[in-house]
Amino acid sequence: MTEPVLDIRGLTKHFGALVVSDEIDLSLRPGEIHAVIGPNGAGKSTLIAQICGTLAPDAGVIRLNGQDVTRLPTRARARMGLARTFQISALAMEDTVLQNAMLGALGAAGNPWRLFSRAISDKALRASAEAALDRVGLLDKAAMRTSDLSHGERRQLEVAVALTLKPAAFVMDEPMAGLGAEGGQRMTALLDQLRHEAPILLVEHDMDAVFALADRISVLVYGRIIASGPPDAIRTDAAVRDAYLGEDA
Amino acid sequence: MTREGYVNSALVAALIGVPLWAHVAGEPFTITLATRAVIFALAAVGLNLALGLGGLVSLGHAVFFGIGGYAMGILAYHAQIYSPMFPDTLAIEGTKSMPVIWLVAILCSALAAFVIGLLSLRTTGVYFIMITLAFGQMFYYFTISWSAYGGEDGLSIYIRNSFPGLNTLVPIQFYALCFALLGGALWLSARIARSPFGLMLNASRQVPHRVETVGLNGQRAKLLAFVISGAITGLAGALFADLNRFVSPTMFSWHMSGEIMIFVILGGVARLFGPVAGAVLFVAMEHVLGDLSDYWHIYLGAVLLGIVLFARGGVIGLLAGQAKGHD
Repeated sequence: MTEPVLDIRGLTKHFGALVVSDEIDLSLRPGEIHAVIGPNGAGKSTLIAQICGTLAPDAGVIRLNGQDVTRLPTRARARMGLARTFQISALAMEDTVLQNAMLGALGAAGNPWRLFSRAISDKALRASAEAALDRVGLLDKAAMRTSDLSHGERRQLEVAVALTLKPAAFVMDEPMAGLGAEGGQRMTALLDQLRHEAPILLVEHDMDAVFALADRISVLVYGRIIASGPPDAIRTDAAVRDAYLGEDA
Repeated sequence: MTREGYVNSALVAALIGVPLWAHVAGEPFTITLATRAVIFALAAVGLNLALGLGGLVSLGHAVFFGIGGYAMGILAYHAQIYSPMFPDTLAIEGTKSMPVIWLVAILCSALAAFVIGLLSLRTTGVYFIMITLAFGQMFYYFTISWSAYGGEDGLSIYIRNSFPGLNTLVPIQFYALCFALLGGALWLSARIARSPFGLMLNASRQVPHRVETVGLNGQRAKLLAFVISGAITGLAGALFADLNRFVSPTMFSWHMSGEIMIFVILGGVARLFGPVAGAVLFVAMEHVLGDLSDYWHIYLGAVLLGIVLFARGGVIGLLAGQAKGHD
């Protein structure tokens, strides 16, 4: 079996008496989409926060490409190729679409301490940003102000910024959030392609997308993974149906 | 050229034309007013780098203005009394040379900005405003009790400092120096705004968590912006002291911090020429309305209220249209 890109072992986090992550084991293998689903309050957001380094776990280990990153800050993990997208788009709204993508490229290039050269004239930055925008279908809107983008386009730009990082793994927090049927389909098609670039840990509420995309699904309830496996197994798992999916799934 | 470009050009033309006319017409007081406006503009260009680009609402920029002022005052004072600083140990001679004074002013205010920034940037929002204000008050009360350099009375410097090749006592020549330095600071700001560093700083203001998730250190970017900002305002302080040939603790007072911020807001936050327009307008109002009433600040308040309520882009935004500034 191939070595997992992202490997989480025994991740535990308490908020007072509340256990938000309860010995979570989770892995992300090359080329796969691993979806994490669970009802509201299951601890999905705190899980992402711990993986990305904005929240320190009480116990457990997070490895990225075999390296222990559990105690590293967010930006160190990003430099190692952990590309996160946000549930609520985190984009510089006053800047252009291209500038947002270039920010990611600047982070990947790791040479931001230049005060006198023109960012827009940096060919390498531009090429990387434009390639990512092209990939998500936003290249023709590169010069637009980001605040003028539609909600769906902002979700795409969010993915484009992650792409500029030349990621080893994506961590996506509800990329389908707020997208209509058409937008959701477009995003599903995009993620389907992206798994070949880097595996995706997908936290998502949209069950159609999850079952269409995921190679594996883990179900998180009250901070604990109650089931993990291929979509078909999850669909028929009695505990999962009880806890989460409901009768009609 | 954009409409903002025309407005900026008109402003520059006025800053060249009016003092030249005053020089020819023999109106040195007008040149002094213009010099005051240009020096205030320089201080505000400094603040605009932190406030406009970095989103750092500093109510303590008088610290740097004052440090620049006292760098000039102390160096010139020791030259004036022919007695070195720390006579028993280091024996540093004073100087009347502007380039040396400027360098010292820039280095000292940059160092202060580094230390203040390092501590203040742990906070955000209203706490950042309060902590920068508190640093300002610390310096203010320190200089009041600093009897070696005049304490509350301040220091008078009898002859303006010198610049190689110029006679700085001629108003138009000193004005030209200040104007050139303002030009340099504007050039620097424009370069920074468009640079990769500017891209990072700009995003750090808007979405700090995004900047971290692409592997960049947004806090450090803000710190560097704060240091450059403080250094520019410090240079302005040295010039201001030279204009008045006098330094006193009022340069450190929070009124001064407030005024520097007013220049930026009046003119237009995050607009390259906003601080210039704001400072010019402020000095013009101070002169015209100050003649009419001792309580001219009431009118200033009314104008400021109008700008904040109805023209968020400041004077530049009002004239150039098309909102580009931010809160």
